[in-house]
Amino acid sequence: MSTKPASERATPWALVTPALLWTLCFFVLPFAAMALTSVTAKDGSFTLSNYAQFFENPSYWRAMVNSLQVTAIVTVVSVLLAYPLAWILAEQVPERFQRLALMLAVLPFWTSYVVRSYSWLLVLAQNGVVNRVLTGSGLFADPVQLANTRLATVIGFVHFFVMLLTLTIFANLKQLSPSYRKAAADLGAGPVRTFIHVILPLTLPGIVVGAFLTFVLAIGDYITPQILGGNNELLMPQLIMMQIGRRGDFPLASALAIILMAVVTVAYLASARWLKIERA
Amino acid sequence: MRAFAKILATVYALLLYGFIFLPVVVLVLFSLQATQFPIPPFTGPSTRWYAAVLADTRLTTGLLHSILVAVGSSLVAVTLGFLSAWGFARFYLPGSAFLRGLITLPLTVSYLIIGMGLLVLFNRVGIPKSLAAAGIGHVVVNLPLCFAIIYSQMGDHQINIERAARDLGASEWKVLLLVTVPVMAPAIFASFFLSMTFSWDEFVISFLLTRFETTLPVEIWNLLRSGLNPKTNAVGSLVFGVSIVLVVAFELLLFRRKQS
Repeated sequence: MSTKPASERATPWALVTPALLWTLCFFVLPFAAMALTSVTAKDGSFTLSNYAQFFENPSYWRAMVNSLQVTAIVTVVSVLLAYPLAWILAEQVPERFQRLALMLAVLPFWTSYVVRSYSWLLVLAQNGVVNRVLTGSGLFADPVQLANTRLATVIGFVHFFVMLLTLTIFANLKQLSPSYRKAAADLGAGPVRTFIHVILPLTLPGIVVGAFLTFVLAIGDYITPQILGGNNELLMPQLIMMQIGRRGDFPLASALAIILMAVVTVAYLASARWLKIERA
Repeated sequence: MRAFAKILATVYALLLYGFIFLPVVVLVLFSLQATQFPIPPFTGPSTRWYAAVLADTRLTTGLLHSILVAVGSSLVAVTLGFLSAWGFARFYLPGSAFLRGLITLPLTVSYLIIGMGLLVLFNRVGIPKSLAAAGIGHVVVNLPLCFAIIYSQMGDHQINIERAARDLGASEWKVLLLVTVPVMAPAIFASFFLSMTFSWDEFVISFLLTRFETTLPVEIWNLLRSGLNPKTNAVGSLVFGVSIVLVVAFELLLFRRKQS
């Protein structure tokens, strides 16, 4: 290796500096500004009162509990619904129709996120399709309150994440070599035993990645709980947006956002460790 | 037993497809209804609300703004992502792993927090809310994506082509523009397309960082305040239609590429 002239050594830095600068100015710096704002009192002195408020005010605390509960339910239900569908697509549908079947299964994924939540509102409203069917069939005398409940939020979330997880789990199942299944069959295992002892363990790391993605995206989402859940029961993103929108309280909003980020980071560390053990 | 399992699988798949398509079908169906509310019973097709959407200047300018922000921010994100991916893949840089981690870090943070950080920073520095501010936010979320996609596609076989070009006397920038960019075109195109769709659909960053001039998702959000409104159905169906055309076009492009 000959020593390169100075102009050539400058080239790689010229290539990577714009991207690094962008990340520093518009990601790291904003985060620092948010952290600083969260510990600054109105008179400019240092304070932890914004963080203390979160632990002292039961309604703020409640929003975090709600968020964790809803996200946990959504993650579990989505995985349980998506796995069989991905399996059917990968195993039961003929090879040449698989791409089409998969594209169809995730087609509504491409509607606007805001519009998708609104569509569920149409379905679940007091005079919407579901209530028409329920009252029309005589099962219920009066319309059931579905919109503006936790159930509506969960349904809206599950709809989105079933599509996302079907995609990732399908990819996972297709990557498995067929020789695993043949080996299991040669050793005398039936389809059920093959699935439980071979296929499921091999796809588990992929499921954990998908579940983690679901957790992160769902816990930080404002649109779905705001449109479908309404204001009866607040989740963390709604609480944060409320501080900005109605009250203009940036310090409290910053503190709440940082607490939410801390929770996600803890979840990441927990699942990352578990993932590594699984892979080994 | 086997036949029973097959039936069970078919029923399950149909139920889930039903669940997945239910809201979209309801959305499109009741966008075609002339009544004041998009609720059953369905009373026959009408394009009344589509005409209302196209006549609504707030929605049409929102659409233009969305396209502007999506194209602009995606161009910046792809350019920065490509240059940095090339720099990291081809040259030895001290602290490379750390710096690459830094560039991809925004992927792990929710849009809400990225938008809030920018809002707080811009507020402190005195930068007003605008479409450009939202565009900056969109680059923040899409740059890591473009970088990761293009970086992962920078294989060793391309190094030899680049070496050949250099041996033939091409300068670094000539190699970049005449050799690397054409070879990497599929990855560049894919990341540009993905950035476009994310920016096109993004709500919370635009909501926080724009004021008077805003993007289509925020305008649709404003429509939602009036409750169930057939106009929202119509504009939602239109957005859905455009997205489907884009996705199918993208699929066909990729498919043709694979076959040739």
